[in-house]
Amino acid sequence: MTRPGFVLEVDDRTPPLLVHEGLGFRLEEFPQGTRVIYPPESLPTVPDVEEAIRESLENPVDSEPLRELMFPGMRLTIAFDDLSLPLPTMKAPDIRGRIIEQVLTIAAEKGVDDVEIVAALALHRRMTDAEMRHIVGERVFRSFAPSGRLYNHDAEDRANLEHMGQTEKGEDVEINKRAATSDLLVYVNVNLVAMDGGHKSVGIGLASYKSIKHHHNAKTMVHSRSFMDHKHSEMHSSAWRMGRLIGEHVKVFQIETTLDNEVFGKPYDTLLKREWEWSLRDQATVLGLRRGLAVAPQKMRHKMFHDLRSNYGLTGITAGAVEPVHELTVQRVHQQQRVKVDGQSDVMVMGVPYLGPYNVNSTMNPILAACMGLGYYFNSYLRQPVVREGGVAILYHPLDEGFNTLTHPSYVDFYEEVLADTNDPALIGPKFEEQFATDPWYVHLYRTSNAYHGVHPFYMWYWIAHALDHLGDVIWVGGNPKAAARMGFRSATTLRDALEMASSTVGSSPSITYLRNPPHLLADVR
Amino acid sequence: MLALEMYRSVAKTALGKVAGGRMPLLLTGAAAPLRMVTLEAPRIEHDGWARLRVSLSGICGSDLGMLSGRTSLYFQPLVSLPFVPGHEIVGELIDPCGDLEAGTRVVIDPVLTCAARGLEACEACARGETNRCSRITVGDISSGLQTGFCHDTGGGWSQQLSVHRSQLHVVPEGYSDEQALLAEPVACAVHTARRAAVRPGDRVLVSGAGAVGLLATLALRELTDAGEIVVVAKHAHQRELALQFGATEVVAPSETLRRIRRATSAFMIEPEMMAAPYLLGGVDVTVDAVGSKESLQTCLHATRAGGRVVLSGMPASADLSAAWFRELEVVGTYASSRGSGDFATALDLVGHDAMCRLAKTVAPYPLHRWREALDHAHSAGRLGTVKVAFDPRQTN
Repeated sequence: MTRPGFVLEVDDRTPPLLVHEGLGFRLEEFPQGTRVIYPPESLPTVPDVEEAIRESLENPVDSEPLRELMFPGMRLTIAFDDLSLPLPTMKAPDIRGRIIEQVLTIAAEKGVDDVEIVAALALHRRMTDAEMRHIVGERVFRSFAPSGRLYNHDAEDRANLEHMGQTEKGEDVEINKRAATSDLLVYVNVNLVAMDGGHKSVGIGLASYKSIKHHHNAKTMVHSRSFMDHKHSEMHSSAWRMGRLIGEHVKVFQIETTLDNEVFGKPYDTLLKREWEWSLRDQATVLGLRRGLAVAPQKMRHKMFHDLRSNYGLTGITAGAVEPVHELTVQRVHQQQRVKVDGQSDVMVMGVPYLGPYNVNSTMNPILAACMGLGYYFNSYLRQPVVREGGVAILYHPLDEGFNTLTHPSYVDFYEEVLADTNDPALIGPKFEEQFATDPWYVHLYRTSNAYHGVHPFYMWYWIAHALDHLGDVIWVGGNPKAAARMGFRSATTLRDALEMASSTVGSSPSITYLRNPPHLLADVR
Repeated sequence: MLALEMYRSVAKTALGKVAGGRMPLLLTGAAAPLRMVTLEAPRIEHDGWARLRVSLSGICGSDLGMLSGRTSLYFQPLVSLPFVPGHEIVGELIDPCGDLEAGTRVVIDPVLTCAARGLEACEACARGETNRCSRITVGDISSGLQTGFCHDTGGGWSQQLSVHRSQLHVVPEGYSDEQALLAEPVACAVHTARRAAVRPGDRVLVSGAGAVGLLATLALRELTDAGEIVVVAKHAHQRELALQFGATEVVAPSETLRRIRRATSAFMIEPEMMAAPYLLGGVDVTVDAVGSKESLQTCLHATRAGGRVVLSGMPASADLSAAWFRELEVVGTYASSRGSGDFATALDLVGHDAMCRLAKTVAPYPLHRWREALDHAHSAGRLGTVKVAFDPRQTN
């Protein structure tokens, strides 16, 4: 029997609580009365993954079985989520590879020869061969990659994009031409959080900048309440309009999967337990880890954490028509992650760990750290944010990992040029976005190297637009003061200092809520 | 008269060559081949020469390079040791000089051309390209490319020197000594702007925001139709000054190549083995106003194919691969040209608002505090000063 998430109130018996901060963590003593939101423990997983996949393909929702959609001579395209999901990377075999193998088996049985497999990475960086192989598995990789039938989507390959028209709101819908002109498009998805999946998969994952810019902008982001509730998210509304238009041109067979909360494998699994339940062994493990991390050079800590692979279990898989499939998926994600919270608080505390969707096998630079905390964790709510309007967010991250010029070249210029000019997402867009999005060097690096698209740092900044609009102050505990200041934030050495600084905004005895991420939780704030 | 004299010292010159680049302050201090002496005031008994009482004399980057042993031995035959340095000079004539009466306040164009040497004009001088004179080692006076490097004429780091009528420009009414002092470096900047051959709308990079860089920026902005002028500045006050002097944008040295890449949609290439990155594409014209290896390299690497690199500071050695591969025009710009009226233009520019503000920041020292003055000049960028000068009238 799994335990649901719950809210703890810190009292004099509460031990120091674990708070992630980049490539490490600290044990923090919170003021008495602080609410701590713990994520639920993992749901039961499906006993037989292969059978569950088979079952979903044979009995899809609102669709004929997959094999009945296939016929000899057809064009079949299989698209899948890139390495930004799940976090951390899943231990092999990845669920996407297992699904793709079964789809290919059915295709072979039905005499389908014209098959291509595309990584739906939108404007993310191209995956390396090793990363691609990890997701699709050795057999699929060896069978398709050498002949060029397994590849990364290229959102800047004008010859291979198809403009499918505009939505009723004038949004351009332009996606991968192969996918758009296929007889069947099978999308293999991983839903780590409620934001993923649905029409967002094809409509964004296989789209171009021309299409994505309609919803990835400051205005849309500010009006998305919340990203985890697609019915109250402007971004999702746009993606849904686009997805429906895509559905008029190409048959999409969506396969969505949900995972449990086993984000940390051994020896880090203690980090998933609640602190007052730590055994002596757990305490020794945490102490040993902390000591080890304190003396380890950054490079070694980076390797330790980024080599970590998770023991995710599959909690469900559903295939069929996009919208009904997604409804079931969202239900399962909510079941796994939702925690009921009574009312908002003055201060919200979040630990930002070493990893986000955009620094897999790379560094978490200050912009990505801000996006992870103020974009993802802040937005992990239903109904209303955990912190009240005008309240304060206190985040933990050193903001010092530096910029990886291979994967994030445009981030450096964004940080030094754009943020030096203004921090306001609404002003940044009109003034700088187009320049970065069309810069030929960034386009070149995106297409041929392993760089995120030139516009990507703008999206990261827009992602925090809602938080910036909502909050009265943002303070980084342990954050590099220069980096914090460049982003328009403040930094503090300790939580006590941060609360002291926050007192000018929320008074000297504010109500405090600590979101104990990861694993993911979704605060259902009533 | 009191004067600072640069003298021959093999040991100090050798020390300068070895350590000058790393420890310039050592070489402007105890180990500098410079001494304070009492000399006979220089007097040249030829037509057109007169005595000048120095009011102010600036310390130029080339003076510091010479004292700290960084100047190339190329220049060794073009000077006559011992000599009194100082070629940025404003002063008053002690004697009448041609059409000028005694007491006239003048600034000097320091280049010692055929006219000053009592020679028939060489081809360059005949064309008015006096800064290209071929006779700077012969004639009525000893070797010396300029006043301030010639034994016979003396230099500005003293109370008195000899000047030739061909060198003199009367200071317009209303100008302070500090403003007038800046006329010579501004004339060099005017010449730099001409040599840059900027076309309307061209993007220009000025590497360096010391006196040379700032004045070049002003001249480029005022005398050409340059589009963007990006200036590389190390220090905060230099950033502000560069903007006042006409820069469109100011960047830090570490950001330069990336910012130029962004502005020009160039491609950046990063060679292996720690070699410096460079652009394919870039600005139309660059001006190296520092003269260091790094600065020259930045200029070579940030200029588009077929573009122009102007050497305004006395240059260090650098990898010229980009000049060859990108077919760059590398042009020098030395002093100023009389035929082009650079000095007259400079005297106009000295009246510019930004120049008036700059003139107020000139830091004058008496001669006997020369070590402090040179240290200050070496650290001028860091200390927020643009021009340090000697005021021989001061006694404490």
